[in-house]
Amino acid sequence: MRWFVRIASWAYALAVYGFIFLPVVVLVLFSLQATSFPIPPFTGPSLRWYDAVLSDTRLTSALVNSLLVASISSATAVTLGFLSAWGFARFVLPGSGLLRGLITLPLTVSYLIIGMGLLVLFNWAGVPKSLLAAGIGHVVINLPLCFAIIYSQMGDHQINIERAARDLGAPEWKVLLLITVPVMAPAIFAGFFLSMTFSWDEFVISFLLTRFETTLPVEIWNLLRSGLNPKTNAVGSLVFAVSIVLVVLFELTLLRRRKA
Amino acid sequence: MTAPLVDIRAVSHRFGQLAVLKNVSLRIEPGSYTILLGPSGSGKTTLLSILGGFVTPSEGKVFIRGEDCTAVQPAKRPTTTVFQDYALFPHMSVGGNVGFGLRMQGVDGATRAAKARETLALVGLAAAFDKKPHQLSGGQRQRVALARALVIEPAVLLLDEPLGALDLKLRRQMQDELKAIQKRVGTAFIHVTHDQEEAMALADHCVVMNDGRIEDEGPPERVYARPATRFSATFMGESTILAGKVTQARDRTSTVETPAGAVFAPSTLPVGSAVALAIRPEHLAFNAAGAVKLGTAQVRDVVFQGSFKRVLAVSAEDPSLQFIAKLPASATVQPGDTVAVSCDTDQIIVLTD
Repeated sequence: MRWFVRIASWAYALAVYGFIFLPVVVLVLFSLQATSFPIPPFTGPSLRWYDAVLSDTRLTSALVNSLLVASISSATAVTLGFLSAWGFARFVLPGSGLLRGLITLPLTVSYLIIGMGLLVLFNWAGVPKSLLAAGIGHVVINLPLCFAIIYSQMGDHQINIERAARDLGAPEWKVLLLITVPVMAPAIFAGFFLSMTFSWDEFVISFLLTRFETTLPVEIWNLLRSGLNPKTNAVGSLVFAVSIVLVVLFELTLLRRRKA
Repeated sequence: MTAPLVDIRAVSHRFGQLAVLKNVSLRIEPGSYTILLGPSGSGKTTLLSILGGFVTPSEGKVFIRGEDCTAVQPAKRPTTTVFQDYALFPHMSVGGNVGFGLRMQGVDGATRAAKARETLALVGLAAAFDKKPHQLSGGQRQRVALARALVIEPAVLLLDEPLGALDLKLRRQMQDELKAIQKRVGTAFIHVTHDQEEAMALADHCVVMNDGRIEDEGPPERVYARPATRFSATFMGESTILAGKVTQARDRTSTVETPAGAVFAPSTLPVGSAVALAIRPEHLAFNAAGAVKLGTAQVRDVVFQGSFKRVLAVSAEDPSLQFIAKLPASATVQPGDTVAVSCDTDQIIVLTD
């Protein structure tokens, strides 16, 4: 009986992980296909489709665009998130609870709604569809996230550290730059890498807010419209690999925080 | 008369509805070691925060070196604070921590390092320069915090329960060192504590606080021997308190009617005044040898404390009256014994509140 329970629990675990990871495994496997269709039987391995991706200037420029949008929007989101977290943690503000709720509210609103709202707003304000517009959209979705991560790590024990710096003659901007930012560095990096991950494979907002120059997920969608081929698998695998790297960096920074 | 280093004039402070300081005035002399002693909630930490510039008082003024510093920011005033939790910068080395104040003054790196090393040597931590704060023990962190605050040569050093987080043995050791360091640098120290032993050991000037007011201040010997108020008689060391009324007054001696009988006490108060008589434990004798007889009492509790025995006894005349005595370790009293209680006239402290 006991061996049966053991086998059943293993089988269950395998099924769950299989359900989660099988699509990715299939995606990566058929990106190594040697022939023109990403369907069984597997004919590879071959790197010809990766070669095709990297020689496709539309895909590579979209990749560069994605990296630019992700890094700049994440840096902006993390800076604004840090400053608002610091403000909320260190100063008594009227209606502080309500304001804090409002700043994290976008976390619960769907990207589609945010994207459409920005589209209407930018139309009205005369901001053309562009990478900048998509980047602003990414700041909107990632700022609440950065705020929540950094605010949760801003404990009272740092208040005296900041006071000590002020007491020793540091003006406010030096307190922030030399004390608060380094002390909060793990949370700040965690916020940054998580924002990067979300921005990197965000589709809806980029789709709605860009036109000629666009980000990689939108370009992949364009590619998919002409049917499946191993090239889409290859570029998908590349996106996945970058996401993994970002998530690992995020985990590492959080882990280091916990040890300290 | 020269101006005092710190002059606190009629300072009051409220947190919302709660008055935490009520019209406090205090002068602090250069080079002195001042202790603010009081229970939690007495306002001593708030007073320290006002001196450090972290709190601006609701009323009153604070002058440091003759300048009005009431609303001057911490960064701009000649005080530094040693925080209770040390508040070291965790991402900087010990040297970086100690040099921080000089860095803010724009002192160049080499001078900074030299001065930081010098100050670390002063607190006995010369070897820790390159270490990180988390590699140090509690007592060592305490010294780093002290060095960090001293290196910029403040006019006044403020210490917020600096020994509170240390174990007893280390506390007594650091206490001696603090006093030695203060004498060496000559800076005025203002030190907040609720530990009366710490206060007696360290203070040149002891300020006893209770409920937002200064109850008593002066050299600790005077505050102990002649406390000004009932609170200070019970907080700075223990006392037996006899409540009573003056029934006869004859030049410098009054007869006070107390639950333990009539007592002659040194005072010039008029007949009818309500008084409290305080007697220190070491002045109370559990025999009839003293000139002032305080009736008999039953021993409740005997606590052996190494060099002495602390004995609690309840008066036979009034069960609400409790005697606290410090007897030699060789005393043979047992709980349940009935003893005579007495003391000498000149050991009685007469309090009028």
